[in-house]
Amino acid sequence: MNNLSLATYLSWQEVWRNRGRFFLVSLVIALITLLVLFIAALGEGLGNANSQYISRINADLLVYLEKSDFIIPSSRVERSTVRSIRRLDGVQDAGGISTSSVAILLPDDEVLKVSLIGVEPGKPGDPAVTEGRNLAGEQSKEAVIDLNVIQRSDVRVGDLITIRATQGTKDEFFTLRVVGSTEGQLYSFQPSIFVPYGTWDRVRAKSDAELDSPSSTVNVVAISLSDVSAAQTVSDALTARIDNVEVADLQTAVENVPGYSAQQSTVQTQAVFTLLIGVLVIGGFFQIQILQKVPQIGVLKAIGADNFTVGMAAVIQIIITTTLGVAIGSSLAFIFSLTFPPTVPIVFNGLNSAIAIAALLLIGPAGGLVSIFYAVRIEPLKALRLS
Amino acid sequence: MTLALEVKNVIKSFQSDSGEIRAVDDVSFAVEAGEFVALVGPSGSGKTTMLSILAALLSPTSGQILIDGVDLANMSEAERVALRREKIGFTFQSNNLIPYLTALENVQLMLRLNQRFDRAGAVRSAELLSRLGLGERLNNLPAQMSGGQQQRVAIARALIHNPTVVLADEPTASLDTERAFQVVQTFAALIHENNRAGIMVTHDLRMCQYVDRVLQMRDGKLVKIFTSREEILQLAKGE
Repeated sequence: MNNLSLATYLSWQEVWRNRGRFFLVSLVIALITLLVLFIAALGEGLGNANSQYISRINADLLVYLEKSDFIIPSSRVERSTVRSIRRLDGVQDAGGISTSSVAILLPDDEVLKVSLIGVEPGKPGDPAVTEGRNLAGEQSKEAVIDLNVIQRSDVRVGDLITIRATQGTKDEFFTLRVVGSTEGQLYSFQPSIFVPYGTWDRVRAKSDAELDSPSSTVNVVAISLSDVSAAQTVSDALTARIDNVEVADLQTAVENVPGYSAQQSTVQTQAVFTLLIGVLVIGGFFQIQILQKVPQIGVLKAIGADNFTVGMAAVIQIIITTTLGVAIGSSLAFIFSLTFPPTVPIVFNGLNSAIAIAALLLIGPAGGLVSIFYAVRIEPLKALRLS
Repeated sequence: MTLALEVKNVIKSFQSDSGEIRAVDDVSFAVEAGEFVALVGPSGSGKTTMLSILAALLSPTSGQILIDGVDLANMSEAERVALRREKIGFTFQSNNLIPYLTALENVQLMLRLNQRFDRAGAVRSAELLSRLGLGERLNNLPAQMSGGQQQRVAIARALIHNPTVVLADEPTASLDTERAFQVVQTFAALIHENNRAGIMVTHDLRMCQYVDRVLQMRDGKLVKIFTSREEILQLAKGE
């Protein structure tokens, strides 16, 4: 214990008396921290922007067309199938979900592109509203809008919105009343508006061939289960009893949203490389510092300091420098995050930030390992040139 | 008088391409508490190797080194570290002080290492430095002091924990003549006053005028011991 307090004393005195030099290294670590936290936040933001609706959906399983590779736009499930699914044991409820993309007309000839999601009111896939009321009726001309729509336009609950969709070769315009708002429902990098399925089929973008025939399919079917622990059993029963479908849990569904996995792996690779650069920078600094301190460490050992004291002093110094750098970097990241508009896909998630900060705190000692071993192995005789 | 240090038939040999080299060849001597001894000799005579062995930094090939009657030749590394901390005071040629500690903190470091740092120890450290003429420099970092002042801080550090043996490796090597005399004179006075055994390795024979005995080494062997005052003064004058 005394050795530890001596090591703390020595390391603190050195850091304090050379605070300019150590502060500069802490600033480098702060910049690395800022970069890592922003990359983590960018990963979270991009992931959210692409799949937030799916990841927060009020369902346990999603049913796709067989061999659609769990890609929602590629999947087509007959509406009659939704009814068959509802009758299966273990299924509490099921609702069809259909997706498309339209533009909301805003004042001054501006448009806001949104994901148009058709749902069955009151069924899985219909999001919970935070203001106003839920959708009602299969054909009603009403919409529930994502909070992101409100943040990016002047549209409020109770307003009428005009949407533009290309049907055949013409732009068609439809008016819907906003009856409620929901939050955290980004999908396909756009804020979402939710409409009843019948309305969706009428106002969505269509090709010439689809103009005269109402759709009889939905993209996927969202299922809520009576018992979540029986998910695999229900999934097996579903694929066995219903033709041409495949079932995914929400994790699989999210990972297969187009672009999601590629994006996440790219961002994670960047984060790992940034951490590696951090290890090299910190390792390099402390190694150079130890090399400069060889005679001084030799004196310490010659007058009776043991290896624990010398090694621990180096460890504590690294911890002080890294902690200060991570604290500055985290604070800067927090301050910058307050300045970003909602359109920038940077989302600081508590858990991801905590993991990134923990990793950053570990890279200090990891980077300094070589220098710590070097310090411990210094022989006083050689360091003092007595041999 | 009490024997503080006994060296018995110490041999230190190294292997080289041309065979075995005996850096220290069957050396025996003893130093009493309160006695200040100089170890002199030309380059390569083995005096620095002898000092490293006495400091428990190097193990002898054979022989005994007894400090307070305890043989350090057979000690484990941990025991040698503890011995250096408790029983030995050390000053080096240069790079003596920890650069980020003040003069006072450098001296107190020995007390902290020995778990003996308290208010009384803090006062004693300041008093010792004042005694060495550094009362105005207590809170100065080594870089803010001259070479002579740094050596005096190192002397204070070597003595503050009341070691049995105080070793000095060329303590005047980086000092001008006037400073060198001052440092060695002060060192000798403190050795006598505190009743410690002091051994100084030096190539500067003029410094021998302050010691009680001179041990002369050549080719690893202890070739002559100067004990009378006249002999020592003659040696110091280069006669």
